[in-house]
Amino acid sequence: MNTKFNPLRRKFIIQSAAVGAGMAIGFDLSVLAGTPDDPNAPLSTPEIGVWVVVKPNDDVVVRIVKSEMGQGTITGLCQLVAEELECDWKKISYEYPTPGESRQRKQVWGSFSTGGSRGIRQSEQYVRKGGAAARMMLIQAAANQWGVPPNECVALNSVITHKPTGRKTTYGKVAEAASKLPVPTGVALKDPKDWKLIGKSIARIDDTAGKVTGKQVYGIDLKLPGMLVATINECPVFGGKVKSFDATQAMQVKGVKKVVSVGGTAVAVIADTFWHAKTGMEKVMIDWDYGPNVNVTSTSIKEVLEEGLTAADAFTRNQKGDIRQAISQSASTLESTYFYPFLNHATLEPMNATALWTPDKCETWVPTQNAENSINAVIKASGLPPEKCDVNKINIGGGFGRRGSHQDYTTQAVLIAKQMPGTPIKLIWTREEDMTQGRYHPVMMGKLTGAFDAKKNLLGVHMRLSGQSILAATSPSTLKSNNGLDPEVFQGLDPEGQHAFTYDFPNLLIDHAMRNTHVPPGFWRGVNINQNGIFLETFVDEMAEYVGKDPLEFRLQYLSKHPGAVGVLKAVANGIGWSKPPRTGVCRGLAQMRSYGSYAAAACELSVENGTDVKIHRFVAAIDPGYAVNPAQIERQTSGSFVFGLSALFEEEITIEGGRVQQKNYNDFNSIRLKQMPHVETIILQSGGKEWGGVGEPTIAVGAPAVLNAFYKATGKRIRTIPLKNSGISLV
Amino acid sequence: MITFNLNRKKVEVDVEPETPLLWVLREQLDCTGTKYGCGIGMCGACTVILDGEATRSCLMPIGVVNGKNVETIEGLEQDGRLSKIQQAWIKNQVPQCGYCQSGMVMATTALIRRSPNPTDAEIEAAITNICRCGTFQQVRLAIHSITKA
Repeated sequence: MNTKFNPLRRKFIIQSAAVGAGMAIGFDLSVLAGTPDDPNAPLSTPEIGVWVVVKPNDDVVVRIVKSEMGQGTITGLCQLVAEELECDWKKISYEYPTPGESRQRKQVWGSFSTGGSRGIRQSEQYVRKGGAAARMMLIQAAANQWGVPPNECVALNSVITHKPTGRKTTYGKVAEAASKLPVPTGVALKDPKDWKLIGKSIARIDDTAGKVTGKQVYGIDLKLPGMLVATINECPVFGGKVKSFDATQAMQVKGVKKVVSVGGTAVAVIADTFWHAKTGMEKVMIDWDYGPNVNVTSTSIKEVLEEGLTAADAFTRNQKGDIRQAISQSASTLESTYFYPFLNHATLEPMNATALWTPDKCETWVPTQNAENSINAVIKASGLPPEKCDVNKINIGGGFGRRGSHQDYTTQAVLIAKQMPGTPIKLIWTREEDMTQGRYHPVMMGKLTGAFDAKKNLLGVHMRLSGQSILAATSPSTLKSNNGLDPEVFQGLDPEGQHAFTYDFPNLLIDHAMRNTHVPPGFWRGVNINQNGIFLETFVDEMAEYVGKDPLEFRLQYLSKHPGAVGVLKAVANGIGWSKPPRTGVCRGLAQMRSYGSYAAAACELSVENGTDVKIHRFVAAIDPGYAVNPAQIERQTSGSFVFGLSALFEEEITIEGGRVQQKNYNDFNSIRLKQMPHVETIILQSGGKEWGGVGEPTIAVGAPAVLNAFYKATGKRIRTIPLKNSGISLV
Repeated sequence: MITFNLNRKKVEVDVEPETPLLWVLREQLDCTGTKYGCGIGMCGACTVILDGEATRSCLMPIGVVNGKNVETIEGLEQDGRLSKIQQAWIKNQVPQCGYCQSGMVMATTALIRRSPNPTDAEIEAAITNICRCGTFQQVRLAIHSITKA
């Protein structure tokens, strides 16, 4: 196959390179594709299969559709390809095909969606097979040239050797011929024991140097010839719209070019610079129709959720035995109620997207976790046929789920650009817009009831969730095919599978009273395991204490069906020294949960001063994803997930008043800092098997409950309302 | 016209004096390595070194910068060599998404110049930048790798 790839982009870069030195950063190909490249190279480069391009100088370019946003997925996927390809790792780089090209080629690279800790585990089969198929094609091409059977040839480090004669050639020399061969099917993969690259802590191949020199270009940094910059105000009350606006004063601000309505619910100011656009935006007088939700408050939302805690109707997901009978026949019960708030992603790079609209074409540059969703938004907003639209992925300053399913910012950029045909428009949200127009972690309450016989043997547990469903807002068809139930609410609580509930209690009921709000929900790193982990794992500790058992021993008693859970739990217990008492003044807690196909556990040591000032001394975490592709990346994802999860546990909360978000910036939606973050030791277990687990999210479920359990040890107080700042508790 | 030294070179800009240094760097001088995160001095993504002090450029009106020395992430590389801090960042593979890292590196640069062997308490007081990916563990390791070498 000899395919022209990304001609739009390449042509664009070549044209733009002539614009001037100031553009050089913006138009290095590495900006848009992540690979150093020669803009004078021919427009066509042969693909070998669809994943691999080999250049005459032996450089290997892996074509990948998952998005890198710091999590290390691209490095891991390239390791998987290179392992089977047998290429020289030093010559490997990557680039992103566009979703437009993917559409034309029937999604040959699979799903673009980069979320749900799926980057590696969803792709490992097809990228490894892609690497192996390319290797076979390269060997076949060499064998054809030599007129020998391919099974007499071996490939290593991009060199093919004909064993009987010792003749050698390189991948680059046979790449053109290999690209014309049929792609083999029934490709065999290496035995894991023969892996040389998979399992190694190889340095990242995305541009680390560019990140420490300021040269990496994020969406917010993009500069195109003739570009203008816009900023926007969406109706602060979700569901409201613009009645009218007066732009007279805004138009008097230097640099302001135009003030436009966006979709009837927002107003944008277009100017020569962001600073002028922002200054102009503050001077636009907008008369809002706030719509039906203007009286909703956090208090009114909580009342609705509280009603759901005891409502007769709820969606049942996980049931064993008869918990109601167990409770009615029990000698005693233990009951606790929990609250978990709305949260914003607050990615450090605020939402932004750039669009160039003409009647013939709509081209966009989007920091996106899912370019297929982005292109769908572009097609819809542009009013152009799909083949006239495309999305160039650009580097992302933090995703955490905000930039995948939710392409509101992309839609806005196109709707604005459409009102200035032929002018590229870069839309940048202010931090305040980003804080108030999020797609928020859903609000959720939980009521857990444990039933015990007269000897305090556990008879069973009822876990009732009451709160918002993300899929009700983002994927109503999923609910429809589940008779109204949102399966994702039960992450970590499922009867089986990637999110299996690991405890084997005699009787069990886990159900959900769906109580949706007008606040738009979104997928927030870890999604529903954040609250499920806190609710369940602190309650398990409460039950252990109630029956007079050690928290580790109590858990192990019920984990016999999940050796993976036992493995991670014992690993963290050993790591923290659970069998020996901690030093004076220090208390320990632990937690475990299975999610995204992986087992995770955490143990921590902390001390508390004045009953409120929490100092975490250390964490030991363990994760078993089945296979560890790049252990160093797993360690970084683990400690990073704790920073994200502990920020939420201690500091963060989105509250609603007058139907709108009250928080505006990091001063009232705070994030923990270096000083507050203890060392995290990460233990990686690899139980192998058929299933590959995720890494980016599973550990976020276990850090917070481990801290809460240790806090109880230290103070005798069970805090069941998150965040802890509302109880006067802070992380120091 | 406002004049200042940017990375040891004199520059002149014709902007309203209340414009924050951050947006002058980004939009007038093509120094996009300095990032916008919050605009209220909370996150540190916009940290530059102003007359030797780590400064949050989002709150610094350009009028005040007149005649001063500004150093940004783009100015750390000298004679084609990255600074020892940038090298330590690469060696320790600090960045994840990388968006906050210019600010982290600039804050660290100012710290190390002032205090070449900072205590943990000094590091914690100087590095107050927000990192949503949570790279703090690697930041600490990278700083220690320079100071304890």
